[in-house]
Amino acid sequence: MDFWIDDIGWPFIKIFIIANVALMMVALLVWAERRVAALIQDRLGPNRVGPLGLLQPVADVIKLFLKEDLTPGHVNRPFFIIAPALTMMPAIISLAVIPFGASLIIADLDIGILFIFAISSLAVYGITIGGWASNSKYSLLGGIRSTAQMISYEICLGLSVIGVFMLSKSLRLQDVVLMQGDGIWLFGEHYTGIMGKILDWNIFKQPIGFILFMIAGFAETNRTPFDLAEAEQELAAGFHTEFSSMKFALYFLGEYAAMISIGAITVTLYLGGWTFFGLENLGGSFSWLTQILIFAVKLLALQFFFIWVRWTIPRFRYDQLMRLGWQVLLPIGLANILLTGVLKLIFKV
Amino acid sequence: MTPCPAVIATVSEYVPVLVMLIFAVSFAGFSLVVSVLLGKKAPTNPVKDAAYECGMPPISDAHQRFSVKFYLVAILFVLFDIEVVFLYPWAVQFQAMPAFLFAEMLVFIGILFLGWWYVIRKGAVDWSTE
Repeated sequence: MDFWIDDIGWPFIKIFIIANVALMMVALLVWAERRVAALIQDRLGPNRVGPLGLLQPVADVIKLFLKEDLTPGHVNRPFFIIAPALTMMPAIISLAVIPFGASLIIADLDIGILFIFAISSLAVYGITIGGWASNSKYSLLGGIRSTAQMISYEICLGLSVIGVFMLSKSLRLQDVVLMQGDGIWLFGEHYTGIMGKILDWNIFKQPIGFILFMIAGFAETNRTPFDLAEAEQELAAGFHTEFSSMKFALYFLGEYAAMISIGAITVTLYLGGWTFFGLENLGGSFSWLTQILIFAVKLLALQFFFIWVRWTIPRFRYDQLMRLGWQVLLPIGLANILLTGVLKLIFKV
Repeated sequence: MTPCPAVIATVSEYVPVLVMLIFAVSFAGFSLVVSVLLGKKAPTNPVKDAAYECGMPPISDAHQRFSVKFYLVAILFVLFDIEVVFLYPWAVQFQAMPAFLFAEMLVFIGILFLGWWYVIRKGAVDWSTE
């Protein structure tokens, strides 16, 4: 009986809450992307469907459901059908180990971050297979470009977070959250003043790692300035040129879900997760609601930054992209690990 | 033979992940099936069925050879990513004996760095020249 409640029933409720929050975030992000783009370009953006155009994503999804689902004759059918799903699924599954609150975590695995990297790197398959199965020159070029880009920046993504785990001494993401914000250790002394608590966030203890992680995160989610995979001017729509209806929508939602997932990892690793200097205990037995709100506010602020960068910075050239990944970010990532080790020996943090 | 309790505990940690996987698969499957059912079906024609190349009639199949450099990047990824994975257990254990583990890692990262230097000098990831 206990097995059914503890191992099946309770996770179901948590999955229900977290999946709803995540899908609502994705919808909100689709809306925010267009509104912020309009704001930056001095336009209005979608403002007709619902208040402030908030129901626009709902209208878009209904429209996409009703569109003709065309599978052209020249494609490789089975791969063409599963490829969009393969892009969407890893982004959702990797949310399973993100702590949204003290108890709001679907699976508190002790290999948390390795699970995330293992799962999220599977998204490459969706893009590679989709690009190849489309049997179209634009799709193939977009697909292999994107594959090379994503696997190159994955190394940097993996290197950049090692400093965090040298400080947290655990790969469990809940431990990483709890380690931040309880005061910084310097020379064996524990500083629990407000400055000590703020400086305890990993963004201040690991600034180089944070910047590396953000850059690699942009590349992993195929966002500008790294959106070579769908460079409109040269590749039509890149790997998803031949997809229509919900197959296109799954790629589209997958991209935004991946943004949510990368953003959630950043908030967890570098920005204190669901904690905010004691505010997370507000609300007694409903403190999980406060915690998920704190998490959501941090996440949305980060997503605003993602969108802001997209509409501000132009795209890299392909040789620049590869040079940045292999010749600049990789050695900086290695140097950051050594630097963290040296500083840890000196300051005894 | 009965499995040891620690193994059962570890496996049951993954049950929620499995539920999440089922949720993700059913969400994707639902979307794909419903759009086929709801979407209108217009008659097809040779132009609609052809690969989209901005109006040009497509010449030949797209499954042709492409630059070998992409394979090289993939091989290098496997090499470096495995090295990165080795760093994780080291990072977690670093606190236990910092000075010794730091010296060990200097050697490991030193070798990794030499390999990286060789790759860069060979121009394996240099895309500006052919």
